[in-house]
Amino acid sequence: MVELTHDSRPIIGRGPPLTAYFLTLAAISIGLMVADQRYQQIDRVRELLSTAVLPVQRAVDFPFRATNWVTTSFADRGRLREENLELTARLRLANLQLQRFAALEDENRRLRDMRANTMGVAEKVLVASILNVDLDPFRHRVLLDKGAVDGVFRGQAVLDGEGIFGQVTKVNAATSEVILISDAEHAIPVQSNRSGVRTIAVGAGDINKLSLPFLTVESDIEEGDLLLSTGMGGVFPPGYPVAQVSKVKRAGSTFALVEARPTAKLDRAREVLLVWFKALPVVAEPAARVPEPGEQATTPAAAVPVPSGTAPATAATPPPAAVEQPLEGVE
Amino acid sequence: MRQPSMFARRLLYWLSMAAGLVLAIVPLPGWLDPVRPDLALLAMIYFVLTSPRIAGLGYAWISGLFLDVLRGMVLGQHALGFLVVGYVTHRLQLRMRMFPILQQAAIVLVLLGLYHFIIFWIDGLTGHGYTAWVRWLPVISGALLWPLIVAVGDSLTRRSH
Repeated sequence: MVELTHDSRPIIGRGPPLTAYFLTLAAISIGLMVADQRYQQIDRVRELLSTAVLPVQRAVDFPFRATNWVTTSFADRGRLREENLELTARLRLANLQLQRFAALEDENRRLRDMRANTMGVAEKVLVASILNVDLDPFRHRVLLDKGAVDGVFRGQAVLDGEGIFGQVTKVNAATSEVILISDAEHAIPVQSNRSGVRTIAVGAGDINKLSLPFLTVESDIEEGDLLLSTGMGGVFPPGYPVAQVSKVKRAGSTFALVEARPTAKLDRAREVLLVWFKALPVVAEPAARVPEPGEQATTPAAAVPVPSGTAPATAATPPPAAVEQPLEGVE
Repeated sequence: MRQPSMFARRLLYWLSMAAGLVLAIVPLPGWLDPVRPDLALLAMIYFVLTSPRIAGLGYAWISGLFLDVLRGMVLGQHALGFLVVGYVTHRLQLRMRMFPILQQAAIVLVLLGLYHFIIFWIDGLTGHGYTAWVRWLPVISGALLWPLIVAVGDSLTRRSH
């Protein structure tokens, strides 16, 4: 066959000219991207498409799940026994600690009741499995097998057995996408368990590292400090472990170089918990607070969130209320 | 040599696209992950070259859109990349079919570079910019794989050179 133009489609019923077709589709792509970035309505389209690709994701996930099932169901007796013993020992230890915590929690609740301040506590959890699909090598996102039908919502906190894991960024019908706390676009308000210093832990794009860029050289932070979530911003429940400080370098003139290692098993967890909890009320101050004589009566109490029960924050920490969302903002 | 029917070719096109999309999200060991070649895109280039009548731009665009959804990217990002590469390949296909395999691989290298530049550029615009050099590795791995793609494709469609 002799073809004289680059357009090799049949002359009859050829459809639009190649270039025009190309330009139309390119315009549609650009429109889609703008709509996806700026407007929420496009989420319906995405939800529809993601339902269409669900079988593909399931198919990719299946062999991994199957091998896991096979290896666990054919585990030998000795290994199971060993595992059982270890778990029993751990449970005993945990129960021992729980006995102490029960008393502490009671005391804590009484104290909080006195201050009319309810601490956010996980009310309901849902176990979700991580689907074995690779989203992007450069972004720390995972896909969970629970979606809108299970009541998952955008911005929901995700935990694993060891600490805070991430938060939900996209909700599809039967799946949802989670951004890990180590993603370079994620930030989470934290507080040092030892000194009470509050700051923000920003993902560094490295699965084993969070960076704490807003601490000055004078901040009271040491290697080994456990960083807990503060609950500021209302995304994460307060008081859960986030990371452990792994490196403190006070070389510069203003800001210290501080790194922390996430406590959650970000790269190894297979199952995670989706958490529903009551967020801290924005107005933390009791209503009975009397304005001091010199103070203007109109000052809203809400502007000063009270540090929930712990030591004073240093002057170096920026207002944590600014980081309730991942840094990427609205998508 | 008997050529497969139009229907068989169309089926093969979609099957290889599906395989390419599956391979785009299969978990790989850490070091191999950034090198992962864009097999769906390479398959599309191959089909545009060998059977341009069935590998239209609309199909390329749809495949890219599915990749966007699978990887949770902004809708239209990979779709635009696939579309641009498809269009350029359509423009070049009469010449490219005559080229020896190494020269073809060189052009595929340029096409993949173009594709990854578009992805990189849109990543930057949407605030996901990742500038490390490893993100360009699929360009090289894809171009190196090109002779293999042609060999496999030709044996599947029973074309003889």
